[in-house]
Amino acid sequence: MLKTFSIGGVHPHENKLSAHQPIIKAEIPFKAVILLGQHIGAPAKPIVAKGDVVKVGTKIAEPGGFVSAAIHSSVSGKVAKIDTIIDASGYPKPAIFIDVEGDEWEESIDRTETLVKECNLTSEEIVKKIAEAGIVGLGGACFPTQVKLCPPPAFKAECVIINAVECEPYLTADHQLMLEHAEEIMVGVSILMKAVKVNKAFIGIENNKPDAIQLMTKVASGYAGIEIVPLKVQYPQGGEKQLIDAIIGRQVASGALPISTGAVVQNVGTAFAVYQAVQKNKPLFERVITVTGKSLAKPSNFLARIGTPMKQLIDACGGLPEDTGKIIGGGPMMGKALVNTDVPTAKGSSGILIMNNKEAKRGEIQPCIRCAKCVGACPMGLEPYLLSALSEHAEFERMEKERIMDCIECGSCQFTCPANRPLLDYCRLGKGKVGAMIRARQAKK
Amino acid sequence: MNVILIAVISLGAIALVSAAILYVASKKFAVYEDPRIAQVGAVLPQANCGGCGYPGCSGFADACVKAGSLEGKFCPVGGQPVMTKVAEILGLDAAATEPMVAVVRCNGTCANRPRTNSYDGAKSCAIAASLYGGETGCSFGCLGCGDCVSACQFDAIHMNPETGLPEVDEAKCTACGACAKACPKNIIEIRPQGKKSRRVYVQCVNKDKGGVARKACAAACIGCGKCVKVCPFEAITLENNLAYIDPNKCKSCRKCEEACPQNAIVALNFPPRKPKVEETEAATIVGAQTATPAKTEAPEVKA
Amino acid sequence: MENKLVISLSPHVHGGDSVKKNMYGVLIALIPAFLVSLYFFGLGALVVTATSVAACLFFEWAIGRFLLKKETSTICDGSAVITGVLLAFNLPSNLPIWIIIIGALFAIGVGKMSFGGLGSNPFNPALVGRVFLLLSFPVQMTSWPVVGQLTSYTDATTAATPLNLMKQVVGGNVDALKELPSSFDLLIGNNGGCLGEVSALALLLGLAYMLWKRIITWHIPVAILGTVFVFSGIMHLVDPVHYVSPVLQLFTGGLMLGAIFMATDYVTSPMSKKGMLIYGVCIGLLTVIIRLFGAYPEGMSFAILIMNAFTPLINTYCKPKRFGEVAKKK
Repeated sequence: MLKTFSIGGVHPHENKLSAHQPIIKAEIPFKAVILLGQHIGAPAKPIVAKGDVVKVGTKIAEPGGFVSAAIHSSVSGKVAKIDTIIDASGYPKPAIFIDVEGDEWEESIDRTETLVKECNLTSEEIVKKIAEAGIVGLGGACFPTQVKLCPPPAFKAECVIINAVECEPYLTADHQLMLEHAEEIMVGVSILMKAVKVNKAFIGIENNKPDAIQLMTKVASGYAGIEIVPLKVQYPQGGEKQLIDAIIGRQVASGALPISTGAVVQNVGTAFAVYQAVQKNKPLFERVITVTGKSLAKPSNFLARIGTPMKQLIDACGGLPEDTGKIIGGGPMMGKALVNTDVPTAKGSSGILIMNNKEAKRGEIQPCIRCAKCVGACPMGLEPYLLSALSEHAEFERMEKERIMDCIECGSCQFTCPANRPLLDYCRLGKGKVGAMIRARQAKK
Repeated sequence: MNVILIAVISLGAIALVSAAILYVASKKFAVYEDPRIAQVGAVLPQANCGGCGYPGCSGFADACVKAGSLEGKFCPVGGQPVMTKVAEILGLDAAATEPMVAVVRCNGTCANRPRTNSYDGAKSCAIAASLYGGETGCSFGCLGCGDCVSACQFDAIHMNPETGLPEVDEAKCTACGACAKACPKNIIEIRPQGKKSRRVYVQCVNKDKGGVARKACAAACIGCGKCVKVCPFEAITLENNLAYIDPNKCKSCRKCEEACPQNAIVALNFPPRKPKVEETEAATIVGAQTATPAKTEAPEVKA
Repeated sequence: MENKLVISLSPHVHGGDSVKKNMYGVLIALIPAFLVSLYFFGLGALVVTATSVAACLFFEWAIGRFLLKKETSTICDGSAVITGVLLAFNLPSNLPIWIIIIGALFAIGVGKMSFGGLGSNPFNPALVGRVFLLLSFPVQMTSWPVVGQLTSYTDATTAATPLNLMKQVVGGNVDALKELPSSFDLLIGNNGGCLGEVSALALLLGLAYMLWKRIITWHIPVAILGTVFVFSGIMHLVDPVHYVSPVLQLFTGGLMLGAIFMATDYVTSPMSKKGMLIYGVCIGLLTVIIRLFGAYPEGMSFAILIMNAFTPLINTYCKPKRFGEVAKKK
């Protein structure tokens, strides 16, 4: 019996069209647009100005607060301007625009391919190096890693859990990364274990990637304390709370942080980035992105520099198909629909999904038939039909009592609803309003 | 017969006892309420819309009596007539306030503001605004999903399907502010209705730089500042590339409306301007009459 | 690319389920019971079912179009057809057409549309119609034809059904017990009763289909049937003379039909698993109480309607299991 999380879950079609496509190094863009808000927390503050010359790996922005991250240039050239550009949210956000010249890297970066297994740094030094390299969670949420690796004093880390689940349909970036860089990932995991001072790590992989499970299990045998855990194929297996529940059987209590269960969860891409940062002095400026879609000529996995316009990667796959209806940054369950193809890639861009006209439109909304399928699907045990109805009628106090803040916005409810109701749209609205209410209440105290 | 008698007596007795209990309870548990509250409440419109800022008409009546002064209290539905009555009952002076009305500060019609995307989510402005700047290049403008229409309890605002923008029916609008609160983009403003319902305002809330704003919408305010220069009463301020007309200083001279190169300033309910052609014709005639054989003395007539 | 990109919030895919799929799935699950009713009741079954379905569809269309002034009709989503079929399955096969039409009008008009249409009704519309007919036309609604009269309709010969006989047993007439059909006959439907309730086997096949297609979950049917079995089993052990065996209770009357198709109606049943179990147990208890101690031989319809009234209360107090409530340590 494969392990899985205890409540709810759905089974979208996997559609892993780009599976086993080897990672291609994407071409360097002519102009790189590096957003300043690529992570959770305060946007980074630029430390370069118009006209400055930068190299690949030069720090161009420093953290804007405690929960923030540094940003490094992914290209070499001259800073053209610091202006705004519409990002995946549809709103103009500040970014550093760089005119690319050549591909000169910072001398400190070790560009050799040899595996460096030994790490003699202390845990504090490791965390500092990760912070300097601007590493954030590459699973999509982009939480600054150095903050996660320093749990609040009330909590003690007991194990590291690596999220190699990739439960979102269509995405294959993590899968391919494991097939091509298993050893480096293992070293990265060991470094993470050292950073939080634990001696046990679990790597959760969904069962639809048997070759990755086999390879990672073989490689893990050479490292102490790392166990590969195959997981049932179910969405949202990769959700942090669900993953902790599946692997170590502990459920994060409502309103509590995941660290309260003793688990430090990191994406497998983050583990790879940690290896590169600590062992090769390479800051985070490129990542693996899946570009896929049913009408796309060549679904592929790219190693792309941050700041590459999405358009360039789509063109490298054969160009935007004629019948394109929607372009999604990320996976189809939690990704963001993009307003145009000029949106630049950021640290959290795990995929670009081209949906054709047929798939792009939602179905016609009908009244709720109270079938309770949304209740059965919700992995947090909530009642989406009730929460969305309360949100429509602006009954936000009651929503707080019904635990709207526990919602992880996975979309399982809306995916299941036979009446095509926009459950998550309204739940999200309510969550935002209730969150604001709670913050106002706490500020008054 | 006996049965009927017994039934009548027993029921009558029950009724008497219940009445006595109720009487005693009404005296013993009575809550004293200032009788003026009920009197004020009776003259209020009973719309319970919350436009006054108090919970319902009874709440407003309560507040008026307890506060001791009518400063800052105004019933937008009842207006000045009702406030005068309230003042009479309480023996206070009614605060004289101007009638207000809701104003939609966006002219991004389908013609002016071309769509760049097609929104397919739930039809609610609050939801659309949470993650998107809208379907057009202007991320400040009206989203067109009608949250304001749903919020209005007086049937005073409706979406115009041709322009995609809400339109306020002045006659029905009570300036309760529900639409302004509902709009996530703060496009609707409650402004003074103006003498003879005439008012001048900037029909735009776009804070982008001029070039970006203009590209997104043909009627956007580009922050050029011509209106600021032209206003003789210093009623217009320019902040964040957006002009704003202070309703308290504006004297409705309409010079700014003429000056705006984008037609972003609108003057509502004014009579049509006299066409400039008449002036120039008059000048030509005058010029012709005074023209003497010396042609050079003919006054220059602006074409 | 000419088209404008569509923007909306996640999720951007849908599982493909629809209201139609679920409704037509229930209709497919009702096919075995319908075929059995044709086999045993012939023409009567056909006329009653056809009339009921046609009347329900017509009234839903007419009320939607003329009273509610809706632009599009809701008759295509399949729920009116289901109400029609289930109403028919709760009627004897010799019921005159005019009574069926009145029943359909009440079921759809009062039971469903007056509350706002699909999704808003607190009571099961088919049961509302059925109980209305039972109370208004008690004689016609309680005379059931003998099986096998395939070409007769309102002129069919009637006889006591197993439930009637069981009620007589409760009253003290022990001889009635001998007249009951065998368990096998009860299973396949060779006994008198309403159209859809006679064959337990056909209904169980329908249950299996609906569980397979994930149209309903097992909680309500199992809770009802289990409770009936246990409670009537206890009563049978206490007094075997007056109270028949639990197996007989399970296979007779409208219990199977009610437990599988009527109580599991989406709109009127609770939304959490715990709530569904409580709902099922209460229905089972009420049914047995009415059957054994009440005035009517059949308690299912009333039990379900009573519990429909409690569904909102059950929804308020029985919440699903929340994530994080049980933080079990490993």
